[in-house]
Amino acid sequence: MSNDLFKVKKPGLLTTIQDHGRVGYQQYGIVVAGAMDSFSMNISNFLVGNKGDEAVLEVTVMGPKLEVLGDAIIAICGGNLSPTVNGKNVPMWKSFEVNAGDRLEFGQPVEGARSYISVAGGFDIPIVMGSKSTYLKAGIGGFEGRALERGDVLKSARNAKGKRGRALHYDEVPTYEKEITIRVVMGPHLHAFTDEAVETFLSSTYEVTPKSDRMGYRVTGPTLEHETSADIISEAIPLGGIQVPANGEPIILMSDRQTTGGYTRIATVISNDISSLAQAMPGCKIRFQEVSVEEAQEIYERNDRFIRTLEKVSG
Amino acid sequence: MKLDYHALGDTGIQLVFGTEITEETNQKIRMFADYLNDHPIDGVVEWVPAYTTLTIYYLPRKLSFVSLRKKLEEVNEKQQGREAASASLVYIIPTYYGDDAGSDLPFVAEHNGLTKEEVIATHSEKDYLIYMMGFVPGFPYLGGMPEEIATPRRENPRAEIAPGSVGIAGAQTGVYPLESPGGWQIIGRTPVKLYDPDSDYPILLESGHYLRFVSVSKEEYEKIEDAVKCGEYVVETEEKKVGLRHEVG
Repeated sequence: MSNDLFKVKKPGLLTTIQDHGRVGYQQYGIVVAGAMDSFSMNISNFLVGNKGDEAVLEVTVMGPKLEVLGDAIIAICGGNLSPTVNGKNVPMWKSFEVNAGDRLEFGQPVEGARSYISVAGGFDIPIVMGSKSTYLKAGIGGFEGRALERGDVLKSARNAKGKRGRALHYDEVPTYEKEITIRVVMGPHLHAFTDEAVETFLSSTYEVTPKSDRMGYRVTGPTLEHETSADIISEAIPLGGIQVPANGEPIILMSDRQTTGGYTRIATVISNDISSLAQAMPGCKIRFQEVSVEEAQEIYERNDRFIRTLEKVSG
Repeated sequence: MKLDYHALGDTGIQLVFGTEITEETNQKIRMFADYLNDHPIDGVVEWVPAYTTLTIYYLPRKLSFVSLRKKLEEVNEKQQGREAASASLVYIIPTYYGDDAGSDLPFVAEHNGLTKEEVIATHSEKDYLIYMMGFVPGFPYLGGMPEEIATPRRENPRAEIAPGSVGIAGAQTGVYPLESPGGWQIIGRTPVKLYDPDSDYPILLESGHYLRFVSVSKEEYEKIEDAVKCGEYVVETEEKKVGLRHEVG
């Protein structure tokens, strides 16, 4: 039994169904995809009583205009893209009820780049290779393998009670600054770079360019020189891998990255900091800070404990 | 043999088996991956074999980098002196060469001073090792194409290449699993689906195994195509015993 939930009046810049991504198929060349900002995805789900990795709508910069077709409990987390219901501002990081006939619309982006809309019970989307995520380039998963278009009707998966008025404590709500520090574990191809390049990478400020999308963020700043070639024998490339092609300008690999690549990588962004990167708009300034893998895993532990605790209390 | 271990952030570890693309290195990587498949390590999420590396993704909640590396070193110990556990498979890929299915076949022939028939015979007689999968879903990186038919990419890449198209780019050969743009010289097409999102096993091929193109007529192509559509076609495979040369020292 599924229920009509939203009718798309205007799709927005790029609105897609995403969850934790397609895990386990990378050895066959299947791209992971999934929510760019997994923190916001998790929280938006917890607020409506879902499991953290239930599929949500990922809204990019200019959000959609949606007509509500059925009563539901929803939550919106992540970047503030000015969500309104019937023209009135609605809170972020807090669950609320929408009713049939309401208009859920987004306005100007205020802070961050991506919002996540969860609905109690989840969206009714077929699971393809273990995930509801949309991989746009190959047309896999999500809503018919593509971004939402005008006229699409989204359904909720099941009638779920959900709780309205459940909010994330304001101390825990992230802020999205125009200058951010992103922590990285160095390597694996450090030997391919000059010592100066490594020094430059860790001491300079880089700027997110408009050529940044779900596949990768191109950043601009002092170029990084290779000691040897910029090319390597193709190998698996991880989320957050920072590859540096021959032009010396870093590209940070994000959710829709290919599974394998042939460029040298100077470092990998720690998993905890991917979410803040996902909210960086073009023009955002980034500094890279080196941490050891042990430190990175301590940070992971803290974040993971926080998410597990919320999962317990929300369940 | 000692491996190099690199941390890829806090959730990945890369094992380096060598610095050159060889069948032997690939075989070792496959054996290692097979071992992980048969002896799962709690917390390991997935792995990606490549030409010279095996990359393993894991949950730091269950495994720290240090503890995983230790476990992997133990696995590596167990690999020493081990013969290939299982025979490799050869996937038989029926291919209709030339005509509208492979419109670059005349160019490839002319470029290499061969007849079309010679190109087909050279291309289809070999077992190509699937070194790795990537690029797009189900795409095999094949090794070992004879130099005699190597041909540069097209100067004007095509906007659309039909799924199943068999092509040559430089000294590489491959098959397009889905419709995509590309600059490969297209010499034929297979009715077999390398990528089928509606199947329980969406990807046909697996790295570490082999692939052989077998030339079929247009009539055979159409017959197989119909069978594929009805879900009645099973890709033929052959076993291939690949011995791992013993290491010295």
